[in-house]
Amino acid sequence: MLTTIIESLRTRFPQSVLEVNEFRGETTVRVRKDDIVPVCTFLRDDPAASFDYCSDVCGADAYTPEERFQVIYNLYSMTHRHRIRLKVSVDESHPHCPSVTAVWPGAEWPERETYDMFGVVFDGHPDLRRMYMPEDFAYHPLRKDFPMMGIPDSIPLPRK
Amino acid sequence: MNIDQAMEIRQQKILAALENKNTSVHFDDALDNEMVLNMGPQHPATHGVLRLLIKLDGETVVACVPELGYLHRGYEKLAENMSYHEYIPHTDRLDYLSPLMNNTAYVLAVEKLVGIEAPKRAQYIRTIISELARISSHLVGIGALAMDVGALTVFTWTFTERERLYDIFELLTGARFTTSFTRIGGLAHDMTPEVAAAISAFLDTFPAKFHECISMLNTNRIFVERLEGVGVITREKAIALGLGGPNIRGTGVEHDIRRSEPYLVYPELDFAVPVSTGGDSLSRYYVRVNEVKESVKIVRQCLEKIPAGPVHANEPKKVLPRKERVYTKMEELIHDFMLVNFGVNPPVGEVYHAVEGSKGELGFYIQSRGEGHPWRLKIRSPSFMNLQSTPHLIEGGMISDIVAVLGSLDPVMGEADK
Amino acid sequence: MGLEHAFGDSALTTTIDSAINWCRKNSVWPMPLGISCCGIEMMAFAMPKFDVARFGSEVFRFSPRQSDLLLVAGTTTYKMATVVRKIYDQMPDPKWVIAMGACTSSGGMYRTYSVVQGIDQFLPVDVYVAGCPPRPDNLLHALMMIQEKIQRGESRSTPMTVAAERLEQQQLLQIQGVNN
Repeated sequence: MLTTIIESLRTRFPQSVLEVNEFRGETTVRVRKDDIVPVCTFLRDDPAASFDYCSDVCGADAYTPEERFQVIYNLYSMTHRHRIRLKVSVDESHPHCPSVTAVWPGAEWPERETYDMFGVVFDGHPDLRRMYMPEDFAYHPLRKDFPMMGIPDSIPLPRK
Repeated sequence: MNIDQAMEIRQQKILAALENKNTSVHFDDALDNEMVLNMGPQHPATHGVLRLLIKLDGETVVACVPELGYLHRGYEKLAENMSYHEYIPHTDRLDYLSPLMNNTAYVLAVEKLVGIEAPKRAQYIRTIISELARISSHLVGIGALAMDVGALTVFTWTFTERERLYDIFELLTGARFTTSFTRIGGLAHDMTPEVAAAISAFLDTFPAKFHECISMLNTNRIFVERLEGVGVITREKAIALGLGGPNIRGTGVEHDIRRSEPYLVYPELDFAVPVSTGGDSLSRYYVRVNEVKESVKIVRQCLEKIPAGPVHANEPKKVLPRKERVYTKMEELIHDFMLVNFGVNPPVGEVYHAVEGSKGELGFYIQSRGEGHPWRLKIRSPSFMNLQSTPHLIEGGMISDIVAVLGSLDPVMGEADK
Repeated sequence: MGLEHAFGDSALTTTIDSAINWCRKNSVWPMPLGISCCGIEMMAFAMPKFDVARFGSEVFRFSPRQSDLLLVAGTTTYKMATVVRKIYDQMPDPKWVIAMGACTSSGGMYRTYSVVQGIDQFLPVDVYVAGCPPRPDNLLHALMMIQEKIQRGESRSTPMTVAAERLEQQQLLQIQGVNN
């Protein structure tokens, strides 16, 4: 089932599917960053795929010279009951990624969380604020170069 | 930056978000204008530290902006800095209404990554504890919902039943609340016959007691009328927003991971997936009530079918050995040393495993680089996605309905804020 | 702790004060600040099995202005700290604070960027309760310790006697004098 979806994805977007991985029965498709919105729209609307449920959007810090940030989309189909994972790479110098909130409104908060934790800016997001940390916080805590205990005095405490 | 400036920045951004929702905020004349109401983070009906900024026109909610993060504890950063085994106690405190469920969900994800499977008996016990956790979570969910709309008695009754479950957990795991019972490839220890007897004794009396609790509510006109038609969400919108658990089944979607992607021993069990089609708060409540009944059925079947045998997988390099053998056997001592100091070391790869938690799809996405600790661990928490729907459910309704809607969503801030 | 302010330290006021303290200790109104997991055990502490009503503290006030015991139950993050402090400031004197659980007392298992490593960094705490989360029995014990403190007339929020208050004022004047 998933192989036919990937085939149709390859024929439809020959430039954007970069790599397909299989591990423990789960399929991960690396997609070019600029094409993520058309790919997602296709995956949602294609009747064979119909990934109508955006289970999760999250970021990761690869922290290698070639690649810095990843944005990962875990998708699920209510009708066919299968899963797929999409992955895009985001540069450190220009941490921008197109937002998929137009495809799945449910991606709004996970994208905000990714912005908060990694500093990846989602272009086209309706309300890109920090999800968890206070607005005056200047760092992105899940980056690998952020220390576990944080930066001292970066968040003010009330006076005793 | 001092604290006053910081607070001002935080307020401005939130108010700006409220303004973006096609509303305007004026503070000149309170009677002439719409009013901004701040609800939480300390509010008895927000189930923890959720904060809602609400804009009111009279008593009608015009706009609502939820503000999270008051309980952000940095779980995902913690996971990157500790071994797979060390992280199990942290999963207790995610959805703190059903710690055993989180333990199970996490170890299932790690086992998928490592490529091992727990023995049949361990899987049965995991199913039993998951369902008992679901019952205990729904008991608080139902009781708190009743308390939010003004019926305190039911909460004391459901909590009394929960206390009996606590006693069982204490007998089984040694702790009444934060259990940390599962291990990678098995369980902390086997279930003794006393525990099985205690569970069946509980199951014998529980349905009647539970019936007493819900018959207090189902026939209560105030309760029903405060929930009926309140916080309605359509089936399509619920799927698009990523709702889960009883909240999506309350809109008529028959989505249950126990059925659609079976894990543990659920394929061998006979149970129904309760669905209600109303999409309102009352439907969500009914789904929870029926789920508790189904869980009772599941635990009964498990207790009948549970086989004898070991509760640890025979994978010495992956599964922590029993303590008494560590102290007496050389091999086990070496394995224990290696596992504790260097970890499980799963192969390079990434997995996502989801279970049907008491609030919805509870998933763990793990990226491994072959080290003893995860490179990246993402918790897909159901409460986070459920809370995303609050503006859609609340806007256009009355201010007094907010507590009913929040109670029927049953969010737990521990996992929503991570 | 109350009457001496008006009438000075005398045998009459201290006797009346101890009577007032006796009343006060048996009707502590807690402000339950259930932030996380400890909040559930705090609920258990109020529910029938452990039944805090035996100690006269069943009146859980969700408004800080009507309560005299702040029960901080759960992990306090930096974002929440300002809120906790604001609630504490809104409570009328005399007031007491219980730090329930390891996270509240010391940060506990969360040595991370977002968690305050102990609420005593911004609040005066009267009783710390160990455990993650503490059992409701532990919390009952903490409440009894608070009651003993009240009977002794101790509170960390207000000076205990007129003499102590005068001393504090003198010290304050001295500091101001140095600054001027």
